[in-house]
Amino acid sequence: MKSLVEEVAATPGGENIRACIQCGVCTGTCPMAGEMEYPPRKIIALIRAGMRDEVLSSSSMWYCLSCYMCTVRCPRGVKPTELAHALESLATEHRFKIKRTRTPAMYRSFVNSIRGNGRVHELGMMVRYYLSIMPDLLANPLATIKMLPLGLKLLLHKRMPLLPKKVEGKEELSKIIQKFREVRGAQ
Amino acid sequence: MKYYTYYPGCSAEATAVGLGISVEAIAKPLDMELIELEGWTCCGSTPYGSLDELESIVVAARNLALAEQTGLDLVTPCSSCFITLYQADIKLKDHPQLMAQINEALAVANLEYHGSVRVRHLTEVLVNDITPEVITTKVKRPLNGLKVAPYYGCQLVRPDYGFDDPEFPQSLDRLVECLGAKAVPFPLKNRCCGGSLIIPEEDLALGLIRKLLDNAVENGAQCIVTPCPLCQTNLDAYQSRVNSKFKTHYNVPVLFITQLIGLALGIDPKSLGLNTNIVSPSEVLDYIYNYINYITTH
Repeated sequence: MKSLVEEVAATPGGENIRACIQCGVCTGTCPMAGEMEYPPRKIIALIRAGMRDEVLSSSSMWYCLSCYMCTVRCPRGVKPTELAHALESLATEHRFKIKRTRTPAMYRSFVNSIRGNGRVHELGMMVRYYLSIMPDLLANPLATIKMLPLGLKLLLHKRMPLLPKKVEGKEELSKIIQKFREVRGAQ
Repeated sequence: MKYYTYYPGCSAEATAVGLGISVEAIAKPLDMELIELEGWTCCGSTPYGSLDELESIVVAARNLALAEQTGLDLVTPCSSCFITLYQADIKLKDHPQLMAQINEALAVANLEYHGSVRVRHLTEVLVNDITPEVITTKVKRPLNGLKVAPYYGCQLVRPDYGFDDPEFPQSLDRLVECLGAKAVPFPLKNRCCGGSLIIPEEDLALGLIRKLLDNAVENGAQCIVTPCPLCQTNLDAYQSRVNSKFKTHYNVPVLFITQLIGLALGIDPKSLGLNTNIVSPSEVLDYIYNYINYITTH
């Protein structure tokens, strides 16, 4: 059985985790650290302590904005941004339910829009997203209604096409993804 | 004339349509021939990489393989597409086994990637290939010292492409100044706008956007310019949301750098998609077109 740190190090983006010296520059730099139950320095410590469930069910990495400031400043080349993406990938692969944040639901809607259309169709993505968080929305109808003027403004400024564009490479992309899943599964 | 393979990215055709329109409008006058990559699809995107890193590289690889056949540099105006395609290319070259697996998948479409594409951001091309020195010679309508806050966002300069300093970038400042505008000091010019978390975590992102607007206005900016479609959408479309959340009264136009360049080249506002900007840029236009009138009445 692999340890958590081995598992993370074997995931693309997590390769450099062992280089961390726990200096905390990443956490000091992160604009979202205040929102995370385990900011970057701490989550690395938890990974090395083998606390798998705590790490992978955590909402912390889902607050990463991919601003790469920590990656630029880390004196050991750990690349915490990539590490956050690796942890998100692992949590998704092992079907951890993430509480506290809607980010995983938004990402899923975004990716499903790509898988369906070959490109992102924003309106379609938003509809998928809102449907996926419907119980939440119904619990707070006022906040939902407040989003309408923004949608309307985008629409009136020609920034929200109603229908997805016909994408030439769509079927080809689906075939390639399908084949990749087979190749990956076989190994 | 310089030739490039052009990758617009999804948002340049939708939420950031002003970017797509203005890039196409300034290309010819700046002697760039942007040839749109035929059959392009999504770049792979950050959310895709978060849910399934390897599959997102497959999506990127198809575009890279198509671009490789053209033999030209692959240029995108979108910072997010740029980082995704750029990093996918590096990861494929660093992991030959992954490259082999992905090429096995690409083979169903008779495609193969060899790792020879040079992925470039349009801003970098404007600075290094076209150059501010040449752009300035093509300016037909100097911007009269318009005070501009150059907003880089994150993924144009980070993690580190060697193109500009990741902490104190200057390239966009140079582009702004070569048009006859003044780049105001803007200490937060490379801090994050909240990115796509504006959708699931709006309150947090609005706090970041507020700091940026505040920093730009405090330094006297008449407008903000950025190359990034997501930054522009957050600062422009969500400005009224910032105002209602924080009881503020920001009214700062947010232009794409390509729109600002277009204005200086003498292209009319509509051909630059300025009608798609949500905070009206009318004061900026007034300043540029009716300068004498403007300074005597303000």
